[in-house]
Amino acid sequence: MSFDEALPVIFMALMGVSMLIYVVSDGYDLGVGMLMHRAEAAEKDVLVASIGPFWDANETWLVLGIGILLVAFPRAHGVVLTSLYLPVALMLVGLILRGVAFDFRVKAKATHKPTWDRLFFSGSMLASVAQGWMLGRYVSGFGEGWNYPLFAAAIAIALPAAYVLLGAAWLIMKTEGELQQKAIGWARLAWWPVAIGMVLISMATPWISETVRERWFALPGIIALSAIPLMTALALYALYRLLGTRVVRGPLDWLPFALMIGVLLLGFLGLAYSIYPYVVIDRLTIWDAASSPAALKFIGVGVAITVPMIAGYTIFSYRVFRGKTGELKYA
Amino acid sequence: MDALLLARMQFAANITFHILFPTISIALGWMLLFFRIRWLKSRQAVWLGSYRFYTKVFALTFALGIVSGVTMSFQFGTNWPGYMETAGNVAGPLLAYEVLTAFFLEAGFLGVMLFGQGKVSERVHLMATFFVALGTTISAFWILALNSWMQTPQGHEVIGGEFHVVSWSSVIFNPSFPYRFTHMMLASTLTVAFLLAGIAAWQLLRGAGNAGAALLLRVGLTLGAVVIPVQILVGDLHGLNTLEHQPAKIAAMEGLWETTRGAPLLLFAWPDEAGRGNRYGVPVPGLAAFILTHDWDGEVKGLNEFRDEHPPVLPVFVAFRVMVGMGVLMLLVSWFGLWKYRRAGWQPERLPRWLLGGLAGMTFAGWIATVAGWYVTEIGRQPYIIYGLVRTADVASDVPAPMIATSFALYLVVYLLLIVAYIAVMKYMAEKPEDVLETERREQAATTPGAMTSPVVAENPK
Repeated sequence: MSFDEALPVIFMALMGVSMLIYVVSDGYDLGVGMLMHRAEAAEKDVLVASIGPFWDANETWLVLGIGILLVAFPRAHGVVLTSLYLPVALMLVGLILRGVAFDFRVKAKATHKPTWDRLFFSGSMLASVAQGWMLGRYVSGFGEGWNYPLFAAAIAIALPAAYVLLGAAWLIMKTEGELQQKAIGWARLAWWPVAIGMVLISMATPWISETVRERWFALPGIIALSAIPLMTALALYALYRLLGTRVVRGPLDWLPFALMIGVLLLGFLGLAYSIYPYVVIDRLTIWDAASSPAALKFIGVGVAITVPMIAGYTIFSYRVFRGKTGELKYA
Repeated sequence: MDALLLARMQFAANITFHILFPTISIALGWMLLFFRIRWLKSRQAVWLGSYRFYTKVFALTFALGIVSGVTMSFQFGTNWPGYMETAGNVAGPLLAYEVLTAFFLEAGFLGVMLFGQGKVSERVHLMATFFVALGTTISAFWILALNSWMQTPQGHEVIGGEFHVVSWSSVIFNPSFPYRFTHMMLASTLTVAFLLAGIAAWQLLRGAGNAGAALLLRVGLTLGAVVIPVQILVGDLHGLNTLEHQPAKIAAMEGLWETTRGAPLLLFAWPDEAGRGNRYGVPVPGLAAFILTHDWDGEVKGLNEFRDEHPPVLPVFVAFRVMVGMGVLMLLVSWFGLWKYRRAGWQPERLPRWLLGGLAGMTFAGWIATVAGWYVTEIGRQPYIIYGLVRTADVASDVPAPMIATSFALYLVVYLLLIVAYIAVMKYMAEKPEDVLETERREQAATTPGAMTSPVVAENPK
């Protein structure tokens, strides 16, 4: 493979990594947003404060991911976004409501705060469900027939559940006391739909796509590949057991969150293996869809210079806001 | 309505909504840095108070800018898939650079700027404010480079219907870019100048005024009075640049249907597209020719030279007059206001209430001028998406019209709701500045895990 031929692969990887970072980072934001209605009024402020300094930057990864799709694979961008026209619009409305509610809820009159909290919750929910639906439609290659929408609907439930679990794990890490105890309960509630969803989706994906079936169930590859579902199952099981222990409220409060990142990472690897080298499954390979090598090289230079800097100040920001989110002090 | 018009209206609604917020946040970011530096130098509490209050305004504005910007990044693809397929090699990298060098920078440091007080040193906090302001400006740089390239494309070659870049520096520094970038930066500055003066005037009228209001009234008026003449000059240069590269746009702005020597300036008229002429014209003889050619008898090309490739005349003509009218009003108000304020010895209570009322009424005057200006330049580019090369109709998506109409209605409802909420909250914050600062103290207490303040971390060191 020459360098020019490798360029689309590099950009596909970059897009995948951006999307993964988005799913993990805005995933916990959206998950916390979907837990809003379960929290007391004072706890709501802590929930929002725990994600407040990060959400802008987290959402930027979605812009980067979709931006790379747009700039590196313009033909695929057209196909994907035209097929997903309405769910994209719904997701955007959800993200708009969630994003502005961060500021409006504390700046508007106190009597309007509950309204903005509700919009915060519904925006997070709408965006998550729309993302799940879009993921389902994308993975199944926008197929027609009764089974495809059903598959997408299943993911439209499973992905928000995963976000809620991730959000609860984030809160276990970032809060303490009664709220932390509540977060453990929320994580337990969300664990079941996530686990069941994972199993169903792992079974349904090969059933719905022949390409995926051939890829996963051919010897000897299956032996090596079985590590992915096995490790996922192990991580989920460990997470469940961990939620019942006392250490999760103490020194290991970060572990549920780390395990959830692991689960999402494994899911991402499985997905990448299923789809590569397509950018739209069975329709467009990454080479069919890519921009000119000259344009990709020009972007590549920018990526090589800026991504380390972005990583640097992102780590800086997480360090500044490390530790537990403080209790509210009405001074 | 056909799908193309709906797609254009939907996109127009979105970019109109979006541009309101960056127009404020670009200059407000630098203004915050200015407040902060004045506070550090003088240690006068009024500067810190101004900084804190406008940080809240900035956060709200920025959030609205982000969410509508994310929407835009998707709409490039959903509304104009053909645009990226033909010009993706030019537009793509410019957008990518905007995300990489600007979006992450501003979003990354915004958290530190908003919640980092007391958790990072004064120096680091100042740097964070600087990076946020820099990020907004870099963002404007890239997006205006791309927009200007679509107006005055150069530095590319077209192979097999696809654009390929020959020289990035001529793509970025295309002929209209320096003018458009300067014009937009000054528009942002003026918008913030009138925002500061307007909010201060409102506070003084409502009895919520304090030393901060008196000071910011002065800052806003001074800034407006200094910048508006520069803006008028730059606008004129921008117009001459447009005459050179996009004469059809100028003809539409002037409502000039036939090529004429000594063309008049129409103060007001109602262009009639069907009859290819103007009704109710109020002309000033020779003035358009003088402004555009610097010769009272100079020749200016009319719309007759650009049959089927000139923009719709009425919206461009009207929007241009709204923009210029607003500019003239800003000049009069800021100069008169500053003169009055100075004569009143900078004592706001000695200012006439009608002057304060007028300034409060012009709080968002910059928005009107900026949006009108964008309508002139964007509608004026039609029927092309890339001027002279690619027509808008050829790159539209084949999404069915009802689907576009549904999402359009949805966006419109959300946008209208948010505009109302934004202005209502600004009004509320202006009237109750102490509530805003109280909320800030609570927010910072909640987000302060930092080693310096939180007893929790001190007991339980990691």
